[in-house]
Amino acid sequence: MSVLVYTENWDGKFKKLSFELVSYATGVAKMLNSTVTAVSVGKVEETELRKLGNYGANKIINVNNEQLVSLDSQAYAYVISEISRKENASVIIISNNNTGKAVAPRLSVRLKAGIGSGVSKLPLNLNPFTVYKRAYSGNAFAHVIIKSDVKIITLAQNSFGLIDTANNATIENINVSVDGSLLKTVVKDVQKQTGKIVLTDADIVVSGGRGMKSPDNWTPLVELASLLDAATACSRPVSDEGWRPHEEHTGQTGKIIAPNLYIAVGISGATQHLAGVSSSKYIVAINTDKDAPIFGSAQYGIVGDAMKVLPRLVDAVKAIKK
Amino acid sequence: MKILVCISNVPDTTTKIKFAEGNASIDTAGIQWVINPWDELSLTRALELKDDSASGIKSVTVVHVGPATSEPTIRKALAIGADNAIRVNAESSDAWFVAAQIAEVVKAEQFDIIMCGIESSDFNGSLVGGMISEFLGIPSVSAVSGINIENGQPVLTREIDGGKEIVEIPAPFVAIVQKGIAKEPRIAAMRGIMMARSKPVKLVEPFPVESLTEVAEFEKPSSRAACRYIDAENPAQLIDLLLNEAKVI
Repeated sequence: MSVLVYTENWDGKFKKLSFELVSYATGVAKMLNSTVTAVSVGKVEETELRKLGNYGANKIINVNNEQLVSLDSQAYAYVISEISRKENASVIIISNNNTGKAVAPRLSVRLKAGIGSGVSKLPLNLNPFTVYKRAYSGNAFAHVIIKSDVKIITLAQNSFGLIDTANNATIENINVSVDGSLLKTVVKDVQKQTGKIVLTDADIVVSGGRGMKSPDNWTPLVELASLLDAATACSRPVSDEGWRPHEEHTGQTGKIIAPNLYIAVGISGATQHLAGVSSSKYIVAINTDKDAPIFGSAQYGIVGDAMKVLPRLVDAVKAIKK
Repeated sequence: MKILVCISNVPDTTTKIKFAEGNASIDTAGIQWVINPWDELSLTRALELKDDSASGIKSVTVVHVGPATSEPTIRKALAIGADNAIRVNAESSDAWFVAAQIAEVVKAEQFDIIMCGIESSDFNGSLVGGMISEFLGIPSVSAVSGINIENGQPVLTREIDGGKEIVEIPAPFVAIVQKGIAKEPRIAAMRGIMMARSKPVKLVEPFPVESLTEVAEFEKPSSRAACRYIDAENPAQLIDLLLNEAKVI
């Protein structure tokens, strides 16, 4: 019996998300008196693989297979299910990011394993196996019982954090050959943003709403974000108007994020917007309307005009950086 | 080619959620039910493809797993423009159960493209689309923000961390769609509402499967501490608090 965790890599490197998953898997393994096996797919150097041991992985299975260069959810689910059977995994942990959402449900059917998705805490109970997850777009949390023998948990990003647990993990390189009939997704083109902090990875996010008044007013917001090493985001009306790219839309139908700090500038805080940001650890609201609902979700607030407040915040951050 | 759009019946986002006695389900009194927002976008895109004769899409069917009380949501999908509907007559107990039902429908009726919203706004599972494809053993693409058919070949745009990919996939397949797939949901016109009354809704009895998960209870999110206000003339104080009190910068 082991806890299996799928650790995604990006161009051969792991991210905080990967280490958070291993930290979480280590927590689950402790509850079960079990061990952690991490699965990595793709070309990752041994020094990078070793890092997974710093968060508690006992064993690392490295699948380097040319067939799996780009994500094919059917093929990936097959590979992970084969390893899971071989390792006799009782709990499988995957991120709730785009890759996890593509692979986990397919894996569930392959293994007849029930899923708790978007989980944000260690299991509440082992018997019955109960997980804690977001529901009703952040307006509720559910205690979900997983009844199957094998359980799958998809972990909400940035919900658990990193826990150092040094282990000298063993590395096993294996090859799992995948039948061509499972490889149907052909990637014709990749368009990547370069030099920008990925919104879902960011610890700090500075976000603008209609209160920014015009697409021409974004300079101080972008400057503040850059000084704080933050990603930029926006509300739905802003992306609908084309003031900012739709990848920046945070909210119920846009991106759901959980940074340590979310600075909402000129955003009133409609239910749909809060649904995407309510898991942020701290929310700062800057708005001219003192009755805006965003203040009800914020720990810190400034009632004022963004155009006046933002340049002053930029100066204040510059001052502490000196 | 035929498209199947899977729709879920959910409380309107602005509805205040209350729980029923025992906290294991929601109190449905006074709830306004709507088509799940992502499913509504996927229906819109399916209808746009059908409107374009070059796409080769001949029909758009919607499928829903739910009791008779969800009929108004199905009628709304027909009023927006779906050609016909299938309702599997069962309470949707979990994603596994729902996906197994829809997989049976696809086996019986054969569709080329199956479209699912990336999540439902009630259980936020992001599971049903992927499960349907694995039950059927067909490919799936998730986080799809664009779908076109070029000379009979489906071409999809999928979102990845920090970018997007253009992907080709042979039919039949499942497209699990998100924001961007259609600009705005299509709204039912009066003519559509009239026509929806006479469009066929096929009733299917459920295929026997056990659910793998169940909700033991719901709880409300814990409320945050009251907002602390900082003078707009002195934002340096905010930076000081973020640095020394919250310790987040």
